[in-house]
Amino acid sequence: MKTFTKLMTSGLLALGLAAPAVAQDDPLQVGFVYVGSIGDLGWTHEHDQSRLAMQEHFGDAVETTYVENVPEGADAERVLTQMALSGADLIFTTSFGYMDPTNNVAARFPNVMFEHATGYRRDTPNMSTYSARFYEGRAVMGHIAGNMTESNIVGYIGSYPIPEVIRGINSAFIHARAVNPDVEFRVVWAYTWFDPAVEAEAAQALIDQGADVILQHTDSTAPMTVMQDAGVIGFGQASDMGQFAPTPRVSAIIDNWAPYYIARTQAVMDGTWESMDTWGGIGSGMVRIGEMTDAIPAEVRASAQALADSIASGEHHPFTGPLNRQDGTPWLAEGEVADDGTLAGMDFYVEGITAEIPN
Amino acid sequence: MGIDPVTVIAALIVASTPILLAAIGEMVVEKTGVLNLGVEGMMVTGAVMGFVTTVETGSPTLGFVAGMASGMALSLIFGLLTQLLLSNQVATGLALTLFGLGLSALLGVGYPGATLPPVADPFPAAMADIPVLGPILFGHSLVTYLSVVLVAAVWFVLGFTRTGLIIRAVGENHDAAHALGYKVIRIRLMAIMFGGACAGLGGAFLSIVRVQNWVDGMTAGAGWIALALVVFASWKPWRVLLGAYLFGGITALQLRLQAAGISIPVEILSMSPYVITILVLVIMSSDRSRAALNAPAALGKVFHATG
Repeated sequence: MKTFTKLMTSGLLALGLAAPAVAQDDPLQVGFVYVGSIGDLGWTHEHDQSRLAMQEHFGDAVETTYVENVPEGADAERVLTQMALSGADLIFTTSFGYMDPTNNVAARFPNVMFEHATGYRRDTPNMSTYSARFYEGRAVMGHIAGNMTESNIVGYIGSYPIPEVIRGINSAFIHARAVNPDVEFRVVWAYTWFDPAVEAEAAQALIDQGADVILQHTDSTAPMTVMQDAGVIGFGQASDMGQFAPTPRVSAIIDNWAPYYIARTQAVMDGTWESMDTWGGIGSGMVRIGEMTDAIPAEVRASAQALADSIASGEHHPFTGPLNRQDGTPWLAEGEVADDGTLAGMDFYVEGITAEIPN
Repeated sequence: MGIDPVTVIAALIVASTPILLAAIGEMVVEKTGVLNLGVEGMMVTGAVMGFVTTVETGSPTLGFVAGMASGMALSLIFGLLTQLLLSNQVATGLALTLFGLGLSALLGVGYPGATLPPVADPFPAAMADIPVLGPILFGHSLVTYLSVVLVAAVWFVLGFTRTGLIIRAVGENHDAAHALGYKVIRIRLMAIMFGGACAGLGGAFLSIVRVQNWVDGMTAGAGWIALALVVFASWKPWRVLLGAYLFGGITALQLRLQAAGISIPVEILSMSPYVITILVLVIMSSDRSRAALNAPAALGKVFHATG
C-alpha cells in the first residue's frame, strides 16, 4: 500500500538505466533498501541518518540512493534487481525479511556487493550480514526499569517473536530482576514493526494492566504519546526520540550504523571487501545509550552507566550464568556466558518470565 | 490477572472511531452506486492536513476542518474523473490511494514529532470518573460522539426521507433515476464529497487524537478495513457501527489478553473480521436471490446519460 514513494523512486532508478555504462572514475554507487519511511523517527530514520553521515564522509566520491517502504518479499527482490541493474556497487538491505530476496539477487549479480542487516544467510561470496547487539542496550534499559518501577510490572511491546526480539526481552528481564526480585514482565506482540495505532493501543493495554515502565521493540513514537498522557516512563527505540525527554523518554537505545557503513564503503573502494558477519555492541559504538534524563535518580543513572561501561569493556556479558530456561532446565552454569550461536537463534524465555512465546 | 471490561470497551470505542467515520462515508458513496477504493488515500491525506493545520494554528477544530476539506478535495478528483470523464472506478480509486499516500508523505515532511495542543473533551473530567459508565460514555473526544451521531443521521436520511429515497434510486438504477429527472451525476458527486470528508475526518482523528503525531503511512490499512466493513455491514448504517466496534474491539481485546498473560492464538483473532467479510462476499455472490444482502444494483457501473 505504501508503494507510491517506492514507485516514484523505482521509476527514477529505471530512468537511470538509460545512462551509459559507469566509467571507472565515476563515484561509487551505494544503494539502501528501507522497510519503513525515513520519517519514522526510529529504525529506518537511524539507517538513513547513517547513510547521510556516510555520504558526508566521502563527499563526491560516493553517490547514495535509497528506496523506502519496500515490503518484505517479492517486491524487495524487484527493487533490488532494479538497483543492481542501474549500476549500484554496494547495496544495504535493512530489515530481517529481506534475507531471502537479498540472497537471491546477490546470486544473480556477482559483481555487486550486498549487505543484509539482522540476517544470517550468506549464500554467495558477495553477501555479508551485519547486526548490532541490541540486547546489550536492553540490559541497561532493564536495569533502569527494574529500579524505577513501583508497581513491579514492566510492559514490553514486541514486534514479532523472532530471536532478536526475544533476546531483548530476556536481557532486559535478567537485569531488571537483578535489581528488583519482585519485578514481572508483561509482553504484548503487535505483529508489526510499524503501525502507530496498534502500537499506541498496545501501550494503553499494558498501562491498563498496571505497567508503569514500558519498553518497546516497534519503530514508531506512538507508544511515547500514550505513556506521556498516562504518566509512565519508557525508552527511545532505535533512535533517540529526544523530543519526548525528560519524560516519558528517560533514556534510549540508539542504533549507530554510520561507522559500519563508512568502513564497508571504504572496503569496496579499496577492493578489500569480503563476505563476513559483523555483530557490534556498545563497545564498538554500534549500540549507543541515549542520554539518561533527570527523571532517573542519580544513583540509578550512575549504576546504569557502570553497567553499560562494563558491557562495553567486555567485563560483563548480559547473558552470564547461572541462568535457567523458562521451564526450569539449566541453560548456563555459574559464570558461563552464552555463545553467539545460541543467542542468534534464541527461541526461549529465561526462568522467571511468566508469558509464553507464541508459535 | 484479569481484564477490566470497562477499559476494553472504552478503548475499542476510540480505536474504532477512524474506521467508523471512513466506513459510514463510504457506505453513502456506495449507496449512490459509486465504488471509491481511494478511502485509504483520503484518510491519510486527512491525517496529515489535520495534523499540519493543528500544529500551525494551534486549533484542533481547524485541524479537523482541514482534514475534512482535504479528504473532500481528493474525493473531488475521483468524482470528476469517474463521473464526468467516465474513467474506471476501481482503477481510479486505487490510483487515488497511491496518490494520497505519496502526497501525504510530501506534505508531512518536517512535521513528524511536532507537538500538538491538547484536544478538549466535551464532558468535564469528573464525569469520566463515574464508575463503569464514565469511561465508556463520557471519556471521549467530540469527534467520537459525532461519529455515532453521523451513523444515526445517515440511517435516518437513507431510510426515512425523500433525499434518502433519491440516493437509493440513483444507486439501484441510475437510468430510471435519470428518466425521472434526477441529476444522477450531481447527486453522486455530492455523495463522493461526503465520503471524502468523512474519510478525511477519520484520518484527522487518528493523527490529532489517537496517535497525536504524524508518521508516514500512519493509517496502515485502516481505509481498506473501512471498505471491507461496508460489505460486512451489507450497506446498513447500524451494522457499520457494529462492525467497526467489532473490528476495533478484537484489536483492543487481543492486545489486552496478551498483556494479561493469557495465551491466545492472536493470528486467528486478528484475521477473524476479514474471514467474516470474505464469507459475506461469498454468500452474496453465491445466489441471485440473496439480493436481500443489499448491495446497490448499480454499484461500480458507469453512468452515461442517454437522451
